[in-house]
Amino acid sequence: MHITLKKLHRAYGSLHAVHDISLEIPSNTIYGVIGRSGAGKSTLVRLISLLERPDSGEILFNQNRVDMLDKDELIAQRRRIGMIFQNFNLFSSRSAAKNIAYPLEIAGKDTSFINKRVAELLDMVALAGRGNAPISTLSGGQKQRVAIARALANNPDILFCDEATSALDPQTTRSILDLIRELQQKMNLSVVMITHQMEVVRDACEYVAVLDNGSVVEEGKVVEVFASPKSTTTKEFLANLAPLSQPYEERTKGMVRWSNEGGNYTLRFRGNATGEPVLSRIQKRFEVEFNIRAGGVQHVGNEDVGTLICDIIGEPVEVQKAVASLRESGVLVEEDLA
Amino acid sequence: MMNEIFRLVGNATGETLVMVFASTLFSLLLGLPLGIILCVTGPEEQGGIISKPLLNNVMGRIVNVLRSFPFIILMILLFPLSRIIVGTSIGTVATIVPLSIAAAPFVARIIESALKEVDPGVVQAARAMGSTPMQIILKVLLPEAMPALVSGVTLTIINLIGYSAMAGAIGGGGLGDLAIRYGYQRFRPDVMFFSVVVILILVECIQLIGNTLSARLMAKR
Repeated sequence: MHITLKKLHRAYGSLHAVHDISLEIPSNTIYGVIGRSGAGKSTLVRLISLLERPDSGEILFNQNRVDMLDKDELIAQRRRIGMIFQNFNLFSSRSAAKNIAYPLEIAGKDTSFINKRVAELLDMVALAGRGNAPISTLSGGQKQRVAIARALANNPDILFCDEATSALDPQTTRSILDLIRELQQKMNLSVVMITHQMEVVRDACEYVAVLDNGSVVEEGKVVEVFASPKSTTTKEFLANLAPLSQPYEERTKGMVRWSNEGGNYTLRFRGNATGEPVLSRIQKRFEVEFNIRAGGVQHVGNEDVGTLICDIIGEPVEVQKAVASLRESGVLVEEDLA
Repeated sequence: MMNEIFRLVGNATGETLVMVFASTLFSLLLGLPLGIILCVTGPEEQGGIISKPLLNNVMGRIVNVLRSFPFIILMILLFPLSRIIVGTSIGTVATIVPLSIAAAPFVARIIESALKEVDPGVVQAARAMGSTPMQIILKVLLPEAMPALVSGVTLTIINLIGYSAMAGAIGGGGLGDLAIRYGYQRFRPDVMFFSVVVILILVECIQLIGNTLSARLMAKR
């Protein structure tokens, strides 16, 4: 399902939560929308999930207006949309299986169909056999899996993820993102991921739109935006990219390893940056040395990106300058100072 | 002597139970829809799935006025209604009418507050999945609020035991009536004592049953 947003506005009193947002969200991809809290993410997701109407502007699904639907059409359209949330928002009065059954129940499916479909869905999210578990007995990751199964029960065209991994630890986040990616391809879904975590965009999304103060400040393919960020907001997000809290073995998957210990810096080269002797130039300009631990090609946002894991040795001030200069020359630097 | 007390207290207990349970039933029939309407027409962030501020405000005011009436006065005002509905304004059956109506606004508020406690995120999820307002009420709000609703009904029954004792004073029968007529007016402290003890036991039992039910519902979650 191709989603088009045209000049969306939504204000609460004098607060312009969403201001003149126009986006094209291609079908069958994972599209990230990143922004700090208060940037207008939640409002945007409420608008495109048809929970709220915009003050002005248009929302189109496959070129059909959906922001002016009447009550019954709206309910029918919402049943074509799946949604998952930061706090899972599962029904505590229902078991895992009954949660997944809910969207099928309200759509008037018969019991035998529901039971069959629920079993399928439980299996799909790797929770087969846990159907009778009360929600409170499930872990965060399991809850989100139930939520995903519930969101996809009616075979929707679109899946909205509203900060879906923000309440999860890094390991669980990765497994949930993997699951979403897998299901996206299997079910030909258009996934829109609203997040404040750049890691989520890096690990799961193909496109990204950066939101600030209710407006889109930058958008495009994840690899391009990561390689040459234009807005300050994007640069700040990239500078604060959280360390990859995953084992060294995982981090260096598919790479050549010189050392069994990880470095503190992950450098990613793409496009222009690959054609130039960036490292040696920086080593000459600043009082730093690079100690390379591992290197190779990794998959970021559906594209192959050259990756080096290294230490940067030198006075802190010089290291900082070197990192800044690396970023200027189009290298994506992830710092792990833990 | 003891036989007489047992007979008196036994009859009065029966009358009290009839009054309390019938009026609980009818006040729920009146108060439950009212409470649901109060909740769903309220502010959106508190389960107001069909927010109607004006209607909500007017209904809220009416409920508040009814709730601030002293019960005994409300009863006297409602006696003509009893005469229309059950043909008399005296006796156990006649008392059920004012008891139910007096308790209905209380029930409405209790239901409303129980429903408002439901996680707004869960309601949002249900809306996003394309639930109709009716489906949200029946399949989400009421089941999610069930433990709080059970506690609320328990509270209502206990309140009605108190109200029914007062109703006794103006000709309703039951344990309150017995305590006043025998214990107070005929100087029979023993009758008064037993009436009060039975009321206490009733309250304790109801509270125990309510707590157990509510806890069982919570344990299943």
